[in-house]
Amino acid sequence: MGLKEKLHTFRVKNQDKKWFPVFSGFHTFLFTPNETTHNGTHIKGADDLKRTMNTVVMSLVPCLIFGMFNTGYQHYLALGEIEPVANGFFSAGFWTMDNFLLGLWKVLPLVIVSYGVGLAIEFLFCVIKKHEIEEGYLVTGMLVPLIVPVDLPLWMLAVAVAFGVVIGKEVFGGTGMNILNPALTIRAFLFFAYPTWMSGDKVWVHGAVDTAGTADAISGETVLGFLAQGRTAEMGYSLSDMFLGFIPGSIGETSTLLILLGGLFLVFSKIASWRIMLSAVIGALAMGLIFNGIVEAGWIPEYSKFYTLMSFEYWQHLLVGGLAFGIVFMATDPVTGSQTNQGKWIYGFLIGFLSVMIRVFNPGYPEGVFLAILLMNVFAPTIDHYVVRGNIKKRMKRLKTATIYPKPSDEVDALKTETA
Amino acid sequence: MSKDIRIKKGLNINLVGAAEQTTSKAVLSNVYALNLDDFHGITPKMLVKQGEEVKAGEPLFYNKNKEEMHFVSPVSGELVEIVRGARRRILTLKILADKNQEYVQNKVPDMDTADALAIKSFLLQCGGWPFIKQRPFDVIADPDVTPKAIFVSGYTTAPLAADVNYVLKDKEQELQMAITALGKLTPGKIHVTIGKSGRSPFSDLNGIELHEISGPHPAGLVGTQINRIDPVNKGEVVWTISPQDLVMLGELLLTGKFNAERTIALAGSIIKSPKYYTTKIGAEISTFLYASGVNEDRFRLINGDVLTGRKTNTEGYLGFYNNTVTAIPEGDDYEFFGWNKPVFNKISTTRALTFSWLQPKKKYDLNTNTNGEHRAFVVTGQYEEVFPLDIYPMQLLKACMVKDLDEMEQLGLYEVAPEDFALTEFICISKQPHQQIIREGLDLLQKELG
Repeated sequence: MGLKEKLHTFRVKNQDKKWFPVFSGFHTFLFTPNETTHNGTHIKGADDLKRTMNTVVMSLVPCLIFGMFNTGYQHYLALGEIEPVANGFFSAGFWTMDNFLLGLWKVLPLVIVSYGVGLAIEFLFCVIKKHEIEEGYLVTGMLVPLIVPVDLPLWMLAVAVAFGVVIGKEVFGGTGMNILNPALTIRAFLFFAYPTWMSGDKVWVHGAVDTAGTADAISGETVLGFLAQGRTAEMGYSLSDMFLGFIPGSIGETSTLLILLGGLFLVFSKIASWRIMLSAVIGALAMGLIFNGIVEAGWIPEYSKFYTLMSFEYWQHLLVGGLAFGIVFMATDPVTGSQTNQGKWIYGFLIGFLSVMIRVFNPGYPEGVFLAILLMNVFAPTIDHYVVRGNIKKRMKRLKTATIYPKPSDEVDALKTETA
Repeated sequence: MSKDIRIKKGLNINLVGAAEQTTSKAVLSNVYALNLDDFHGITPKMLVKQGEEVKAGEPLFYNKNKEEMHFVSPVSGELVEIVRGARRRILTLKILADKNQEYVQNKVPDMDTADALAIKSFLLQCGGWPFIKQRPFDVIADPDVTPKAIFVSGYTTAPLAADVNYVLKDKEQELQMAITALGKLTPGKIHVTIGKSGRSPFSDLNGIELHEISGPHPAGLVGTQINRIDPVNKGEVVWTISPQDLVMLGELLLTGKFNAERTIALAGSIIKSPKYYTTKIGAEISTFLYASGVNEDRFRLINGDVLTGRKTNTEGYLGFYNNTVTAIPEGDDYEFFGWNKPVFNKISTTRALTFSWLQPKKKYDLNTNTNGEHRAFVVTGQYEEVFPLDIYPMQLLKACMVKDLDEMEQLGLYEVAPEDFALTEFICISKQPHQQIIREGLDLLQKELG
């Protein structure tokens, strides 16, 4: 008897057990179920939610692996043990075993905690509510380690994940029902609960926190950090560093190149909305151009604390911070984003627009993407409401010229009222 | 001249086992059956008792809410069984056919002088009425209401469905008769939509507004055509009738006899030699199924096409409205890592390691596996790609699920039938039962506001 038959017998025997959803969750990962259609369409398309989610996870893997290398690279670079790389994306000094092993050692626990805590809560809720385990957390669990600083203590992550999954998702009814992006809810929780671990110049490079205040102190300021403090001269990162990702930052969001490739894959596979991605880029560029224009018009003095960020070349906003990552992987979440095609244009544009705006006007914590997306998550249903209203209005207008013939029974009623 | 309609959104599902265009005569069936599920929303009141003899065209029962509306026997013989379900609801009526078929000879109204009332009462009396359906609600038309227009789709795009042009060949006379009669029942137009290619028997008929449509499925669905030509507003009523049923009406009006004969397509990858058969409404499917041969012992037999048909089995009977019978493989088997390995043998609208986009013309052998489990709505924007109606499909489905009558009305539920949501159901990643959701929504709306 093969594995398939054994699992089938086991499945049939234990269908009424409390833990059945958990078994079923693992079983359906190994084998697509033997379910058949009843009435309705007798055939079904090839895609299911597992495949969809898996596609997103696959597009994130390059960012994760790059993040591991970059963790080691930034650490050894800050310690002065290695030289900055300058030979493009495949520089030998970056792709070393040392860099990778350190990154693996630091990043893997974050991934394990993220998936472990999140999935445990999901399983628990599925058992309580007796429904199938849905795949939403597969993507969330992968996103979370990529958008936090590398030195974040694991217990903080665990607390944040628990909060994000329960409050951000399960209380609304689980996958497909949530209003806020769960991964960003987790990040927002971390940011407001433990701000010192989520911002500043110490958390972005492994080792900076431990060595702070000692003679060996290393700094790990992000590009945005430099800009917000007007210290552009000290920065020393080239445009290609920013594009390829050889800069400090959250684990998975530094390499704009890999994010771009992941985004193209998602658009090609028709899993993520190109409308949201494109309009968000346009929105970010528009806001950047406006700020550049303000600076050029001379409306803002050079000593203003907004000056450096405002004068930052408009298109370079897309290369630094988490903007690109947010646009490609977070804004396109179909559950929390706008659901109509027209709405997606508005929703995406405002995300890009607001991200750059928050970034510039909030120098204390110069990253606005997650706040912009969370804000737009809240407004997405409103945008959809007005888009759908447009369709309804068209229908109402048509109604004015409707040809409705009276029923014979209506005529009898009319006669009665006339004679009365 | 005809008006052109182009449909861009949609999806052609090309399947193995299309019926070859040759027609055989099916073996005579011993027993014929009417399945009451075919007449949605009709409460039957029997006119004939079990064991009594009926002629072909003799009323078996009438509609409880509309006593003039008769449902007649497709053949002459003895009503041998009334199959009842829970609470004695009638499910199926079985008639043991006579060797010599006797027909009821109805008195045909003179087409030159007859008015709407005369034609209506003739059709109601002689069993032709149930062929006429109405929107809103996708039910048998209410004879008391005058429709603003009548729609006929003379174009087939559903997978493996019987080709309209083929089955209607040489039926111009019957079609013209039926069109003339129906024309008296509406002050509006009779819109007939045909495909661009092939010779349609509708091309030369009088009294119709002819449209030519092109594009992928669901271009051939009458709902798509209504939406493009003259959408249904709240309070309005349109009638729809399938071309083959039009032929039956025509013959009934020409001869006064209810002739239940029709040409049907037997198709699907299970069938050894898929082709057309002439048979009668309610005939045993086995009378033609085994004449063509089957490749496997276990399979899914469908009364209708693979998207909208009703599940049946080898002891089943041809449905009242069906002109296609499809047999496809059952898919009740597990597939190792089916959710992440590349897929070449199934149809998908995405490219998430699914490769049907590489060969849009390839014919697939799909089975009944759901390819995944039921989930909440997650992905957005995919239904819109295959849904050409000016309606927000997901929003309408959700309105039906939460039973929000205002939203259902405003989002256009009056315009649709369950079959319009067959394609979105096919591609649905969350495997939601769209057609069932729409059907329940329509029933609720009819009960509350109809």
